[in-house]
Amino acid sequence: MISLTAFDLSIAALLVVFLAVLGLWLQLGVSRQLLIAAVRTTVQLLLVGYILKILFETVHLGYMTVIVTVMLLFAGREVMARQTNPYKGWWGFGMGTLSMFISTFTVTLLALTVIINNDPWYTPQYAIPLLGMMLGNTMTGIALGLERLTQAAREQRKQIEAQLMLGFSSQQAVAKIRRQSMRYGMIPIINSMAAAGLVSLPGMMTGQILAGSPPLEAVKYQILIMFLITAGTGFGTVVAVVLGSRRLFDKRERLRLDRLRK
Amino acid sequence: MKSLRVEKIESEWLPLSNIEVSVGECIVISGPSGVGKSLLLRAIADLDVHEGNLSIDEVSCNQVPATEWRKQVGLLAAESAWWGDVVSEHMQDVGDEQLESLGFDKDALTWLVDRLSTGEKQRLAVLRVLANSPDFVLLDEPTANLDPKSVNKVEKLLLDYCHNKPAGLIWVTHDVEQAKRIADKHYCFSESGLSEVEE
Repeated sequence: MISLTAFDLSIAALLVVFLAVLGLWLQLGVSRQLLIAAVRTTVQLLLVGYILKILFETVHLGYMTVIVTVMLLFAGREVMARQTNPYKGWWGFGMGTLSMFISTFTVTLLALTVIINNDPWYTPQYAIPLLGMMLGNTMTGIALGLERLTQAAREQRKQIEAQLMLGFSSQQAVAKIRRQSMRYGMIPIINSMAAAGLVSLPGMMTGQILAGSPPLEAVKYQILIMFLITAGTGFGTVVAVVLGSRRLFDKRERLRLDRLRK
Repeated sequence: MKSLRVEKIESEWLPLSNIEVSVGECIVISGPSGVGKSLLLRAIADLDVHEGNLSIDEVSCNQVPATEWRKQVGLLAAESAWWGDVVSEHMQDVGDEQLESLGFDKDALTWLVDRLSTGEKQRLAVLRVLANSPDFVLLDEPTANLDPKSVNKVEKLLLDYCHNKPAGLIWVTHDVEQAKRIADKHYCFSESGLSEVEE
């Protein structure tokens, strides 16, 4: 693989700077954000690069556990941050994180131990990228699913309560919304699978090809990862929406929108 | 005779209230807007968090699953909500005589909810709450937007249900004449709670 120098990167950075200058000239008001983001990207990725370098050199289950926990917690926080009306207290963070833990970790574990079958199974070179992609996509699915659930519950409050008044159970009253929300969380990843290779080359495959992998090997890994991501995202979304729709009601089957933050 | 007892019900927005209704009885509650009459009915149907005790014949609300309580204590909201496309999705077992008594054709159950007028929705909502055969019915201004003919039909249907089932009615209304027509007991609801109105 052709190595890049700092000079190589600065040529590309100059392009971004030119864009910022153009933005100033056109009075877009986006140049400051653009430059800050570019600096963040550089710093954050370099940091991650160094951490991975150290991790790959000292393969230790203890370190892996720490890194993986940090990744999970950040993903959980991100799910909350994307909600218009997140659940109050620890529930918002807890439900998202638990759903991701259950779905993502089991699927990734399965992939590493049974499918890829490396020695040891937690080799960071495979485990970290795999888990990262799983968490990233599952996080999006869960965030979308919960968002749809809470917004629909707020918009359709009267319809839900009309059913409760007639003796329907809370889960009966919210069944349609629950199904819609699960669907909503899964559609993006399903669309991704449908379009893969037709619209653009998926990122993982691109990286492998650039690094010198034979295309068919790269493609096989891409197919594997797409199946794993879809399954993980799907299961995670289902669990999150099930938990979320239970939390919307109390034990007297009353709709408790006050459990959502304004 | 079955009776519904509401003891010391209160919440953040509801003043301390006590009321009791027996089957066969029609109790009217009137009072100024915004004082909490709708909230009182919601609390009795266990739709909102509340303090106090609700019981039917000494059996407390909390000893019964919420779904069962609400089948026994039916609430008709001031503005009905409809969650499906067709009327029949919202009620089964509605007899032709019942439909006709409120001025509907036998095929009203096949109608699309979108095409209903406010008055039609209101009258169908009455049939919907009675379709569950509740022992107690909480009515939040059930005839508020109806023409005089329909008001008479709804009053007759509800009073017949009250006396024949028999069922206990708690009826919220602003209409003083209506209160005189239907009430066995008449209460006024103010910021300090319920007080019986002497005629």
